[in-house]
Amino acid sequence: MAESIEPAIRQFIAQNFMYREGIQSLRDNQSLLEQGLIDSTGVLELVFYLEKTFAITVGDDEVIPENLDSVQQISSYLRRKLTPASQVRVA
Amino acid sequence: MCGIAGFVGPVPGDLSATVLLKRMIDAIGHRGPDEQGIHIDPGVGLAHARLSIIDLSSGQQPMANEDGSIWVTFNGEIFNYVELAERLRATGHRFRTHSDTEVIVHSYEQNQEQCVDDFNGDFAFAIWDSRRRRLVLARDRMGVRPVYYMQIGQTFAFASEVKALAAIPGVDLEIDPIALDQTFTFWSPIAPRTIFRGVSELPPGHMLTYQDGRIAVRRYWSLQYPKRGDAKPISESVAAEELHDLLVDATRLRLRADVPVGAYLSGGLDSSVTTALIRNYTKSHLRTFSVTFESSEFDESEYQQELVRALGTEHSSVLCTRDDIGRLLPQVIRHAERPILRTAPAPLMLLSQHVRENGFKVVMTGEGADEILAGYDIFKEAKIRRFWAGSPGSPMRPRLLRKLYPYLVGLQGQPQPYLEAFFRAGLDDPGNPFFSHLPRWRMTSRLKQLFSDDVRDAISDYNALEDLSGQLPAEFGQWGPLSQAQYLETSLLLPGYILSSQGDRMAMAHAVEGRFPFLDHRVVEYANMLPARLKLRGLREKHILRVAMSRHLPETIANRPKQPYRSPDAESFFGKAQPEYVREMLSEDAIRQTGLFDVPAVAKLVEKCEAGRASGFRDNMALVGVLSAQLLHMSMVGKAAQGARQVAHAAG
Repeated sequence: MAESIEPAIRQFIAQNFMYREGIQSLRDNQSLLEQGLIDSTGVLELVFYLEKTFAITVGDDEVIPENLDSVQQISSYLRRKLTPASQVRVA
Repeated sequence: MCGIAGFVGPVPGDLSATVLLKRMIDAIGHRGPDEQGIHIDPGVGLAHARLSIIDLSSGQQPMANEDGSIWVTFNGEIFNYVELAERLRATGHRFRTHSDTEVIVHSYEQNQEQCVDDFNGDFAFAIWDSRRRRLVLARDRMGVRPVYYMQIGQTFAFASEVKALAAIPGVDLEIDPIALDQTFTFWSPIAPRTIFRGVSELPPGHMLTYQDGRIAVRRYWSLQYPKRGDAKPISESVAAEELHDLLVDATRLRLRADVPVGAYLSGGLDSSVTTALIRNYTKSHLRTFSVTFESSEFDESEYQQELVRALGTEHSSVLCTRDDIGRLLPQVIRHAERPILRTAPAPLMLLSQHVRENGFKVVMTGEGADEILAGYDIFKEAKIRRFWAGSPGSPMRPRLLRKLYPYLVGLQGQPQPYLEAFFRAGLDDPGNPFFSHLPRWRMTSRLKQLFSDDVRDAISDYNALEDLSGQLPAEFGQWGPLSQAQYLETSLLLPGYILSSQGDRMAMAHAVEGRFPFLDHRVVEYANMLPARLKLRGLREKHILRVAMSRHLPETIANRPKQPYRSPDAESFFGKAQPEYVREMLSEDAIRQTGLFDVPAVAKLVEKCEAGRASGFRDNMALVGVLSAQLLHMSMVGKAAQGARQVAHAAG
């Protein structure tokens, strides 16, 4: 699961927020806001997708650009969410 | 209200002048179903399609002066014609009719091109001055009535709508990629540019003369605002009183007609004001009309009914469903003659049909108040962003953004950091002339991703914002921030979309004339000189109008926050009752045929809309933009369109 996170996120973004640019052109650290890829309601779609696909709950206070503004940030955020709390403590 | 057309120079093709004029005026016959007339001099032709409103028995056009040396074909109204005729009679002019058209003829005899300075009205007219062999075209100050022109070889031609120009042999319309770029930035091309290459629009407040084969265009009126900090020193109560009196007079003049005048009633403040003014200052029986929607997100019937009860009007409404919007779009585009990004014109076409079916030709309506008295949320948005820009690190200031667009569910559901990210556009550059409009224009510009490679190549490194920047008036930089934002809204969106695609074209599709008391130039000039604090007090929009009109309106209406007029977008085209043309216009073949958009990009958009996943402004505007541009191309550009026009012509 963890390995397939990035491609899945990229796929979702390409399908939902890009009309034309190829998925190849999307860099992992590119800001979705700055690129204008996520518009006023896009982030809610993204949250909905993450919750449904990865069976997580995104807290209101987690809906911030630091967690969700690039493929890299989304993936890191997801990994943190998907990692059991015990392992986090060990780490 | 009417349609006008004409030419100067040799008749293109092998037609007679009569046949050419007949073809041109027939193409816009919907604007004037009551009568038609033409006038031909060697090398000149004028045509007119009449909607009889003033002087029903003798106002036929084209109309001449006593010796037949000056001819006019005229669309619109000169509301102060009674006063002007009196003045002209006093200087020896003799009138044969009681029409406002004849006032133009004599005013021109008296003052030549300067005659427009005396006109209070909504007009587009052409004067043929046979002695000087000069054609004069003029358009009203705010751009209520349209007029287009083009040069075809040695021939100059003009008309109320582009379809009359397309009826001239040898005219093959093409989409101008730069105008497409401007549309997908500002919602319309910047006049005189139109969406069709080679076809120009006479900008509002301009005149054109054509003489000896040369075109000269000059501005006779412009929007003026006080220098920053230099607004009229005036108390609120005096300003409210003066504005009130001006609005009463503007309304009184606009009730002049030899047919009954009705009123649109949206339920918002502006149309409530116009309706209340008619009710309070005339004895006429008042008939009002409105459009209603299925979804409470758009519908305002509750407020409409409240006002109907308070003012005692005889009211009727027409329900506009999503299916209606889907069904009507092709007709809307044939009349609007440009791509649109929102479906909002469609319900207004349904409304004008309803008005016409009820026997009315003239309606009073509230457009213009939001521009001249700062009603739109974009003005508040700019004010908050400017306040925020003063302390960009402040966590509190951007919280005010929550007060914007309370009616937009999607925006309201947005987490604060994202709301901030969206409105942060341009925050670091508060001196930018487009500070107020950058978030909107940047968002709209994203739609250009859909353009085809060919369109992108043609646009190349053209930048619409730079272009506009170069066209701003010299004084722009000296105006205060609200004035700058108001100028942009009043000079671009008002004539380019509100008064045209949503206004004249939708009303004239069913031969209905709109009249706009807020756009009386005396009202506009007065409002522009008022200090910003009287228009946008804190975040209370149109403050001075509320103060001025509170005596005539129920409190709930006078204090009701702005609810902009909107209608359902993408969902109108993908329901169970999907009209056949939608699939056809968005098919791979059709997208390739017009060459305007990128095939895979449109496929992706369509897939998203079909799955009911269209979301946000971007997808909705993208869909309506693509679909309307496709419809426009198919109905007006190239051979397919000529075929379609001939079929339409044959069918009458």
